[in-house]
Amino acid sequence: MKSLADRPVSPVVGLEVAHESATLHVTGAALYTDDLPARNRSVLHAWPVQAPHTHARVVSLDGTPALRVPGVVRVLTAADVPGLNDSGTKGDEPLFPAEVMFHGQAVCWVLGETLESARLGAGAVQVGYEPLPSLLTLTEAIEAGSFQGHQPTVSRGDADAALGSAAHRFAGEIEFGGQEHFYLETQASLAYVDEGGQVFVQCSTQHPSETQEIVAQVLGLRSHEVTVQCLRMGGGFGGKEMQPHGFAAIAALGAVLTGRPVRLRLNRSQDITLTGKRHPFHARWEAGFDEDGRLQALKAVLTSDGGWSLDLSEPVLARALCHVDNAYWIPNVRIDGRIARTHKTSQTAFRGFGGPQGMLVIEDLLGRCAPRLGLDPAELRRRNFYRPGQATPYGQPVRHAERLHTIWRQLFERADVEHRREQIAAFNAAHPHTRRALAATPVKFGISFNLTAFNQAGALVHVYKDGSVLVNHGGTEMGQGLHTKMRQVAATALGVPLDVIRLAPTRTDKVPNTSATAASSGADLNGGAVKDACEQISARLAEVAARRLNIHPDDVRFANGTVTGIGFHDRDIAFADLVHDAYFQRVPLWAAGYYRTEGLHWDGARMQGEPFKYFSYGAAVSEVEVDGFSGAYRLLRTDIIHDVGDSLSPLIDRGQIEGGFVQGTGWLTLEDLRWDVSAGPHRGRLATQSASTYKLPSFSEMPEEFNVHLFEQATESGVVYGSKAVGEPPLMLAFSVREALRQAVAAFGPGGREVQLASPATPEAVFWAVQDVRANATASPADGAAARPETGSAPSRASTPGH
Amino acid sequence: MDDVQITVNGQVRGCDGAGPHTRLLDWLRAEGLTGAKEGCAEGECGACAVLVARPDGPGRSRWTAVNACLPAALAFDGQEIITAEGLGTAPGPCAEEDLHPVQRQLADRGGSQCGYCTPGFVCAMAAEYYRPERDAAGSGRRVETGPAVVGEEHAADRETGPNGFDLHALSGNLCRCTGYRPIRDAAYALGVPEGTDPLFRRQGQSAPAARPTRVAAGGAQFVRPATLEELFDRLEHDPRARLVAGATDLGVEVNLRYERPPLTLAIDRLEALRVLDVGPDRIEIGAALALTEIERGLAGRVPLLDRLFPQFASRLIRNAATLGGNLATGSPIGDSAPALLALNAAVVLASAGGEREVALAEFFTGYRQSVREPGEVLRAIRIPLPLAGHSAFYKIAKRRFDDISSVAAAFAVKFDDRPDGRRVSAVRIGLGGVAATPIRALRTEQALAGRPWSEEVAVDAAAVMAAEGTPIDDLRASARYRSAMLEQSMLRFYAETQAGPEVG
Repeated sequence: MKSLADRPVSPVVGLEVAHESATLHVTGAALYTDDLPARNRSVLHAWPVQAPHTHARVVSLDGTPALRVPGVVRVLTAADVPGLNDSGTKGDEPLFPAEVMFHGQAVCWVLGETLESARLGAGAVQVGYEPLPSLLTLTEAIEAGSFQGHQPTVSRGDADAALGSAAHRFAGEIEFGGQEHFYLETQASLAYVDEGGQVFVQCSTQHPSETQEIVAQVLGLRSHEVTVQCLRMGGGFGGKEMQPHGFAAIAALGAVLTGRPVRLRLNRSQDITLTGKRHPFHARWEAGFDEDGRLQALKAVLTSDGGWSLDLSEPVLARALCHVDNAYWIPNVRIDGRIARTHKTSQTAFRGFGGPQGMLVIEDLLGRCAPRLGLDPAELRRRNFYRPGQATPYGQPVRHAERLHTIWRQLFERADVEHRREQIAAFNAAHPHTRRALAATPVKFGISFNLTAFNQAGALVHVYKDGSVLVNHGGTEMGQGLHTKMRQVAATALGVPLDVIRLAPTRTDKVPNTSATAASSGADLNGGAVKDACEQISARLAEVAARRLNIHPDDVRFANGTVTGIGFHDRDIAFADLVHDAYFQRVPLWAAGYYRTEGLHWDGARMQGEPFKYFSYGAAVSEVEVDGFSGAYRLLRTDIIHDVGDSLSPLIDRGQIEGGFVQGTGWLTLEDLRWDVSAGPHRGRLATQSASTYKLPSFSEMPEEFNVHLFEQATESGVVYGSKAVGEPPLMLAFSVREALRQAVAAFGPGGREVQLASPATPEAVFWAVQDVRANATASPADGAAARPETGSAPSRASTPGH
Repeated sequence: MDDVQITVNGQVRGCDGAGPHTRLLDWLRAEGLTGAKEGCAEGECGACAVLVARPDGPGRSRWTAVNACLPAALAFDGQEIITAEGLGTAPGPCAEEDLHPVQRQLADRGGSQCGYCTPGFVCAMAAEYYRPERDAAGSGRRVETGPAVVGEEHAADRETGPNGFDLHALSGNLCRCTGYRPIRDAAYALGVPEGTDPLFRRQGQSAPAARPTRVAAGGAQFVRPATLEELFDRLEHDPRARLVAGATDLGVEVNLRYERPPLTLAIDRLEALRVLDVGPDRIEIGAALALTEIERGLAGRVPLLDRLFPQFASRLIRNAATLGGNLATGSPIGDSAPALLALNAAVVLASAGGEREVALAEFFTGYRQSVREPGEVLRAIRIPLPLAGHSAFYKIAKRRFDDISSVAAAFAVKFDDRPDGRRVSAVRIGLGGVAATPIRALRTEQALAGRPWSEEVAVDAAAVMAAEGTPIDDLRASARYRSAMLEQSMLRFYAETQAGPEVG
């Protein structure tokens, strides 16, 4: 058995190759789910009837007026459901609700010959509502005691006692916004009953197996009667982990009832108003530091806004609690978590999965406390880094903690931080209306699903008689380059050139019972499974080759499409010839591969264990410029060093780091979800439900200078070809931008005071923070350290501002 | 009725299936050309971008990137369109790999991840690749500041690659995956089109003339009148008619608010609405000229507009959107109105009965309402000359580019420099986003007129300006922030006039 991490000679992994579908992307030839209806005849189109209430009972529903609209074929209601009327796995998400739980929830769906007829039909459906009182904000839910799901606690040591004896003690509060996924491709499904009588669903889903299960659940079928295929996604980011299931089920239900293909594609407004988002959070904390600024204790209560149903809120909260520590050793900890139930979309997975929210709490805390401790924020952070031998609050040893220190040191050198600080000081002295600042933040992110059972994967590899190879695996392609990496893994494991390997679309009838492509784990898990399948085949081929070369099978080597023996320079066999021989010797040329992550244990009730295979490390330093007239800002430069182990595919990994960073910057600075929280007639309506009102980062938000470096000599033992996961961790490097903004704001005043910054830090939020700093600069020092006491940072009892 | 035909990727296609409200994007996709995607359906994301051959002076055409999700397919009767599929071919069972240089760069440099936005990027990038003025010889990569921006501390309005590639060509394309760096690198790595490149050669010939189009289907009509007279005639007979030029507003209403006007009259190709005339005492700008055409045609003649253009939506939108449309929709947050108010512009309203000129300050009567009568067409915009010596345009928004204003403020000021100091001899300030219509900041103007241009006066005027209009709280900004931004705009204007070289 070969080690999982070892690479053979001339591996294909590690080569810089373009995305497996790049030429299809650029020529418009890559097919996505909603490109398929144009290739099918007699497709019906689905349109939702969206409730104009935030919370209401459905007292009547009459679809007959819709049937009089030309082109309308069918109105789908709860009465049509042969199985279970629920689109989730927890029994709390009725597909056709009797009680509207958020503004715009779909109460029924209309099928039409055209999209236009379905839309007009939906407008004709008569629905009677009895409005009910609603809870929208976290504050409202907390006051009303409206919570759902588990209320876990992570603790270690005695936080109260340590707070009591700490040299410096601060308290604070923060509430911060969620994030819309805004995958460019909205949710899409195309369902039909195929020639074999099974329900076939083409779906843009990160979790085909669960989509299959929910479709079967709604239709009252068994899983082997439903097949789900995902060609590729136009972005997922977690938004297609749970959210596609219900829409796929609607399409499948329509297909079963009408006998015709049914297309369900949400337009942008429907997608934003119907699907869940990143969880907003509220946090209240107390922290104690020693004389040197070392964290002694942290107590915090984190409340997430789960929306109307649980969805993935429990595991998201668990990951948030497991990441409040980020990169910092905190000897005494007590973090309580709870999930508010509000009348909003059901918040769900989003790149980072609670990790970013947990980390925001500690990074905000350190950014606020540093001036009150009289310390440079970067120094405060560094001083608190984990050291080898220390463990997280949930009891997992922090392996490779020394990498944090190394990365930090290398980053400061590469980014020329000391020199640039001088330049920034000079710039600020010369410009009355503008301030620049730079800030650095670290990332430590745990890799593996918190739920241990999900850490398994399968693959199916076929070698055909001509030596060509077709690879199926359980992971889905959403742009992250998983298929590219899997091709490289298969080519490496079989010792063949990349063009020998073809990746087939993900289907539940090829690899069953798959986990979601999520938690950054796609390459780790499926790579392990693909490698296993390939090695089963190459072991059999080695026997065939050994006979032909008259050597021991262990001494056979596969590389670059040739098979030879150790030390052979004059004799080799072409891979395709060997495959041909093997077929006639009746050797099986296909294999099912399987992988389970070793060494995981997690006790979700006690919130203790070792849930992660390893940690990913990274750090970023960002420089911003803030305009004092408007609060608008530019991101001048970002430098990143990130640990991806030994990269499977450097171009892909760099893309994940850069893209994750910019997406995180969007969450923290620009992307601003606004619900109508007034008592008016549109209470509960999402005001930002289009691209013109919900702004994503564009070219103008990219760092003007952007340097990404992969941490070197980073082999991760126990992971496929020594690599590390990369999907989520880089998103959290964006805290460097938020902290740089905080420091630039502070530079409008004399410094030494806490600066509070709303999240997202929009230009307006930054402007008000600047105004606070300016007001404090002219106020007397006796006004106290808290910039805006009304948002909750009352100076704590034992606080001693500044050294 | 003539058969409607559109040439796509060199192939003439009948357009029978398209109704008056079928968007170009939906028609292309129904034709099996599914490369162009719908990402937002409102011209914000550019996933639907395609190339259209547009006129570019006598005997020349220009590949112009536009959003396909907004205009009606029928608006392209007789026109030539190129999609990502038409630029190059991926290797496959029946095809050799044949990538366009733009596609090659994007593919090799990691410019696509999920690939969904990519065909739109490809088209927007190809238009810039073929832009005749692009200085591909390379005068060096440069980050330029706007003409009136003083000092390096202010946001760069333009960024240009070493190959002359203007990054703003991509300001209307969103990518959620890459973080943009590899796309920028791909853009800056592009060379010069080869002389044999058929699309390059195509630019040396005239664009197809617009064809009069009349299609009725499903109770609605799409008509492209052949002449101004036909337009007036149809307007007279059907006052419910919606005039459409670039469709960047109407397209959004069709897609997002499901408006289905019974009669759409396409006016964007009428020559009478496409003049650009710089006279001794005024500049006349045809109402149906695309903003990009105006920007090119004025070539810096109106510095205030030069500051406006880069801030006005995106290149994809500016390639279609018109000044006439931006004014006629009467939105209080349209970006051109504040600038044109400051420039003391007037609009020319034309009808069967003749023409009348209305000062822009008297044009708007209420929220999305104006003095334009049902039978009238906004034919042109007139800007009086000479221009005031100093001008500025400040747009406050969440995102630096391609966002909708929370507040916009435009200044046009004439100073009188005397031995005892500088005085304000004339001032016009236009505001957007603070009332139901774009307005003039009249009280602020009064507070400035004839006064010495001192910090004290500016601070006082800023306080007056903060109270202009009746700003509201909405998703973009709080009322308090809007008022503060009015005040800050005046302070910034003062600072800019003090700090550096003379402002436009």
